[in-house]
Amino acid sequence: MSIAATQKRGFGSFLWDYLTTVDHKKIAHLYLFGGGFFFLLGGLEAMFIRIQLIKPENDFLSAGLYNEMITMHGTTMIFLAAMPLLLGLMNAVMPLQIGARDVAFPFLNSLGFWLFMFGGILLNCSWFLGGAPDAGWTSYAPLSIQSPGHGVDFYVLGLQISGAGTLIGGINFLVTVVTMRAPGMTYMRMPLFTWATFITSVLILFAFPALTVGLFLLMFDRMFGSAFFDVALGGNSIIWQHLFWIFGHPEVYILILPAFGLFSDIFSTFSRKRLFGYTAMVFATMLIAFLGFMVWAHHMFTVGLGPVANSIFAIATMAIAVPTGIKIFNWLATMWGGSIEINSAMLWSLGFIPTFTIGGMTGVMLGSSVADYQYHDTYFVVAHFHYVIVGGTVFGILAGLHYWWPKMFGRILNEMMGKISFWIFFIGFHLTFFVQHFLGLMGMPRRYWVFLEDQGLDMGNLVSTIGAFFMAVGVIVFLINIIYTAVKGEKPGDDPWGGRTLEWATASPPVYYNFKQLPLVRGLDPLWIEKTEGKGKMTPAEPVGDIHMPNSSILPFMMGLGFFIAGIGFIFQVDHSAWLIAVYAGMATAIGSMLIRSLKDDHGYHIHKEELEREAD
Amino acid sequence: MSHDHSLNPETMPAEPEKATLEGKNKFLGLWFFLGGETVLFASLFGTYLALKNSTADGPTSNELFGLGLVFLMTILLLTSSLTSVYAMYHMKNNDFKKMQLWLGITALLGVGFLACEIYEFAHYIQEYGFTFRSSAFGSAFYTLVGFHGGHVLFGLCWLMALMVRNAKRGLNLYNAPKFNTFSLYWHFIDVVWVFIFTVVYLMGKVV
Repeated sequence: MSIAATQKRGFGSFLWDYLTTVDHKKIAHLYLFGGGFFFLLGGLEAMFIRIQLIKPENDFLSAGLYNEMITMHGTTMIFLAAMPLLLGLMNAVMPLQIGARDVAFPFLNSLGFWLFMFGGILLNCSWFLGGAPDAGWTSYAPLSIQSPGHGVDFYVLGLQISGAGTLIGGINFLVTVVTMRAPGMTYMRMPLFTWATFITSVLILFAFPALTVGLFLLMFDRMFGSAFFDVALGGNSIIWQHLFWIFGHPEVYILILPAFGLFSDIFSTFSRKRLFGYTAMVFATMLIAFLGFMVWAHHMFTVGLGPVANSIFAIATMAIAVPTGIKIFNWLATMWGGSIEINSAMLWSLGFIPTFTIGGMTGVMLGSSVADYQYHDTYFVVAHFHYVIVGGTVFGILAGLHYWWPKMFGRILNEMMGKISFWIFFIGFHLTFFVQHFLGLMGMPRRYWVFLEDQGLDMGNLVSTIGAFFMAVGVIVFLINIIYTAVKGEKPGDDPWGGRTLEWATASPPVYYNFKQLPLVRGLDPLWIEKTEGKGKMTPAEPVGDIHMPNSSILPFMMGLGFFIAGIGFIFQVDHSAWLIAVYAGMATAIGSMLIRSLKDDHGYHIHKEELEREAD
Repeated sequence: MSHDHSLNPETMPAEPEKATLEGKNKFLGLWFFLGGETVLFASLFGTYLALKNSTADGPTSNELFGLGLVFLMTILLLTSSLTSVYAMYHMKNNDFKKMQLWLGITALLGVGFLACEIYEFAHYIQEYGFTFRSSAFGSAFYTLVGFHGGHVLFGLCWLMALMVRNAKRGLNLYNAPKFNTFSLYWHFIDVVWVFIFTVVYLMGKVV
């Protein structure tokens, strides 16, 4: 790498490198790029929604287009922006934090990314191929069954493909954490971000198959005439709601737990203190994940499941506030008496605490099943979930990007622009969503494309839209910061923050094999231990020896492409059987690539000891 | 980590399927995958239980199911799980030929099971006009049992690919984990069938 990087390479070889890479650090770049692209797309859709609602009875968007906007905004932000950006950070950092040279299944890691990417592209192709899905991101039956055109079919197949990619990623991280920790890295010495990655992967593993089944049933009903949700033939549309939320509720913890993990690391680093209540933090994370599977029906309080079911789910929902509260207090106690440094990463983290606490409080309000009859499907709900998802996940992603940018790219993001983008976005966020609580309490329903004049909703909606523009400006400043940093950014060295965990013991950006010798871990915050004892760097746990590395491969890309082509064919074969050609060609590409992968031995290669010794220390 | 991973009885580790890090990873990865599969089938079972009486004046489960055939299918699949255990036993003793033999028997039993299932579905469609589209019960039945059948078919393709690919190479530390993960998967398919036998067929006969 050090030799290859000095040589000038053409764009073609650069592209081929990324198409075939199985290196977790480069796959992280791909996830950040893909997720970032969809984040901008979802943001654009959000702006269209807010412009439509800037004044009463606006006609900026037609009713149908508005439905497509809200559906695609939700679906894109959850599945194609927030999750991939988090998976990108996990890929970039988690193997370094446990002292591993790569993930357990580098090939599958790449496959997971390409399935996500092609699934996302497939979903967005709907804009150009007859209309986007318009049944809401929850795609409730029977609305999703009745929805004409192919929009919902794109939703089904796009999510099916990208969901498979996420599931593969989850299994990969689980195995990596179990088998590939460096010598001495016991479970209770893992950084909180690694713990969060681990537990999030458990959630992915047990939540996504429910969505897979739900999507299959929806696909069968729409394309093959089955009767799961068709009441005339004995079907039951509530089944979709159950399956969707059995997946959907753990999904929101998939979004928030990694953010919790990285905030823990950031608070600890910039307070120059060990994380307060490490053990309690780990168990609170587990408890949140466990309870996260027990509360799905709180999305269905008004369906009519009966008072007993509603009460049980209401109590379970409110119980989640306990471990979450433990976390909030532990973060505060971590900073208490610490030597606090405030920079962009820390600002996003500090902004998160009050914002998320407000979101959590409205969550408990919504969890009260009797009161929920008033809040259900109003802007109160919209305000609540934006407070937790933007205030938690998006703030978390931005904090993590500022914190790990020097590790990932070797350059540090500009502090001044970081602070400007934080304040603009933070103010804009609260302008946009705080007022929506009151719009909701006054009875403004969500998902309506217009509202009437003089019902007390005009001013609130105007303020909300102005806030949305602030958020957009904040994001644009952040983008300018990225470009500026790529061109002129400072190169701060390997450990700019005074890091405590193993990722800061590697080069910035790390060499492709991460560690020449695996480090010996002697406790929690292993690098900090070495620093306090005056050594400043990790003790190796092994002599310099050959390192086994996986081979790059184009096959994951081909599999993703195959499923993409087959997906397009599948959607349109109901119109004309000629499209079956695309199904066969796509499946042949995908299955052929799988066969090549299975039948052709791939032993990887070794970096020899002599080569490693030649490289500068 | 030499390039020659082939085994002989002297150098054979006690558990060839978990002797390398790759092997350990595959073993663990498959267990996690089966955890996800459990949720997949649980969702399908839940859907089936919710819809099993929604026959829309079509045939009911009691009219359709014949326990004789289902009993035969159960015997076939359960036995195939046992024969795959024998195969793994021979793998651990480094007896490649016997392993292939027992895997071959496993495959035959699996094909037998699948043939019975195809006959069963064809029978319901031709004799009773009971299809995927006739009622919510029909949709749920064919989806649950069909997903299981699909898993059996996938397992058979996997097994064939493994047996043919490695026929001339013998056992080594690179392919031992592959055989082992297949056998784990096959047991899982078997366990799911036990639940289908109970929940779909036995409970379907209880009115």
